[in-house]
Amino acid sequence: MSVSVKVNGVSKSFTTGKVEVKALQNISFEVSKGEVFGLIGPDGAGKTTLFRILTTLMIANKGEASVDGFDVVKQYKKIRNRVGYMPGRFSLYQDLTVEENLSFFATLFNTSLEKNYDLVKSIYQQIEPFKKRRAGALSGGMKQKLALSCALIHRPSVLFLDEPTTGVDAVSRKEFWELLRQLQTHGITIIVSTPYMDEASLCDRVALMQQGKIMEINSPKGITENFKKPLWAMRSSAMYQLMLELRALNEVETCYPFGQYHHVVFKGNPVSEDDVRRMIGNISQREIEVRRIPATIEDCFMELMHQ
Amino acid sequence: MRQFLFFVQKEFYHLLRDPRTMFILFGMPLMQILIFGFALTNEVKNTHIAILDNSKDPVTAEIIQELQASRYFDIVENIRSNSELEPAFQSGKIKLAVIFPPRFQYSLLHENKADVQLIADATDPNVANTLANYATAIILNYQNNMKGQEEFPYTINTEVRMLYNPQLKGSYNFVPGVMAMVLMLVCAMMTSISIVREKELGTMEIILVSPIIPIRVIIAKMVPYFLLSSVNIASILFLSVFILDVPIQGNLVLLVSECLLFTITVLALGLLISSVTDSQQIAMLISLMGLFLPTIMLSGFMFPIENMPLPLRTISNIVPAKWFYYIVKTVMIKGLGFSYVWKETLILMGMTIFFLVVSIRKFKIRLE
Repeated sequence: MSVSVKVNGVSKSFTTGKVEVKALQNISFEVSKGEVFGLIGPDGAGKTTLFRILTTLMIANKGEASVDGFDVVKQYKKIRNRVGYMPGRFSLYQDLTVEENLSFFATLFNTSLEKNYDLVKSIYQQIEPFKKRRAGALSGGMKQKLALSCALIHRPSVLFLDEPTTGVDAVSRKEFWELLRQLQTHGITIIVSTPYMDEASLCDRVALMQQGKIMEINSPKGITENFKKPLWAMRSSAMYQLMLELRALNEVETCYPFGQYHHVVFKGNPVSEDDVRRMIGNISQREIEVRRIPATIEDCFMELMHQ
Repeated sequence: MRQFLFFVQKEFYHLLRDPRTMFILFGMPLMQILIFGFALTNEVKNTHIAILDNSKDPVTAEIIQELQASRYFDIVENIRSNSELEPAFQSGKIKLAVIFPPRFQYSLLHENKADVQLIADATDPNVANTLANYATAIILNYQNNMKGQEEFPYTINTEVRMLYNPQLKGSYNFVPGVMAMVLMLVCAMMTSISIVREKELGTMEIILVSPIIPIRVIIAKMVPYFLLSSVNIASILFLSVFILDVPIQGNLVLLVSECLLFTITVLALGLLISSVTDSQQIAMLISLMGLFLPTIMLSGFMFPIENMPLPLRTISNIVPAKWFYYIVKTVMIKGLGFSYVWKETLILMGMTIFFLVVSIRKFKIRLE
């Protein structure tokens, strides 16, 4: 498969006031054509900066990057012709209607809605009933769909989506990812960032980012398989108390709250429930539910952060 | 081209759908010209005056009648003694007192000379001056009429003519000034804000990551404001001719083309502001402090430039409104032709080109 996006040793820092913030430190990766590549990391990990460098909006301090074989600095005009970019903030005209926004961006790229209707059809059909409504009056999920349609209107070869699902309800998020999967069948390379770890498993490959560095790049399956230590989920009637007591134990390596359960890793990597029960024998609480679980991306992320 | 036209159309949507913008664009110019025309005028009309007539003869009676008949004065009080003068001024009832000495007619006819005292409230020196001048003019006028009946030997006559503005109307002065202000406001402030708004909203990010040439974005933004300014120029000229009775003495085509040139100058200025700022508030502040104030203070519209100290006079040269104000005054009020304003026109053109070149060079094709 041919390479669509190539990043080699990119670093970028900003000076705010007198403090130098290293937004990106020596980032390198490659994305193949037609791949859905996820940048996963919390706010401030440097995802947006990386997007801006790749979409030619910023110049890196060090390193080089190319999109579709074009250099992001020297051949920026070529790149601006062929990529689709959806910034993290809703960046369409709130006072224009859905239809006007779409035709504006179509005209901007010297094309029209009719020409690329097959590509945006599945998305546009969902917002078409509201085409006379002003974009500012749409719901969060609708806004995202409109923004995606606008970013797709010129049939880009690479699509950059900066946190497209932030602030969108769970149902819309699910729909949005289904749409991305459909787009993949058109051969569009998609680079998407998200702070939601559960969305990582929907990508072909992900890069886990933290404080301007990439901690690991792999397929979601590969990342979770790399988590070698046995992981235990625990639950009791007093969850907070349980966490404090677990963390106080010498045998416990890490303990993080994950929804209804605490995910716990023990020193010495016990594999049987009896061993685990023995290790937590001194805890005041009784009736603790214990079971072994496979690691999620988030567990791996926490583990990597911990190192 | 289609791309460009659609962009212009989009800008019109933005304008027409925002009531506040529409108000600033069309309401403000009308209000400004009407407020300046009717309320904020330093003309003297129906000023309250008092008369102290110690003579009470036919001549003083006639002069008093002349004063009363003029539309400048309104006699509200007949004072009987000097002691009543001060309280009348202090209470603010009168702005001017005319005092005839005893035996006024007798002195005039027998000694060929008589004195009238004018006392004016000079807390506002300009008004006091104007009042005294008007009263003097009326009295001199009466004297001239008398002269027709009886030959006075050896009388020196000063004849004053107010050129271009014989009635000394304030509107002659401020129509060019308001025009400069309105164009500043509409073009410089509104364009800079509308460009910076795109940066703030993040739409500039998407526009940059598209094949459109950035400078086209800018020009597309300028077009609607240019068209709307033409509407404003037309309405201001219309109002000044038909409501404020300020005639256009010079060539209308020349006047309008000079206005359009100035419009482009301030559009370029707005563009320059937008290229150095990132927030709407800062753009607004710069336009108000950096453009609006100098336009009012240093264009010669409010305060005559000739009376300013040298440093201010020097600074006033870089205020585009100063040159525009001079051109409009010369063409519209004095009725002179292009040969009298070509230098100023060239200066405005030079400024426009300078602003355009600088702002195009400063226009950021990236986010930083």
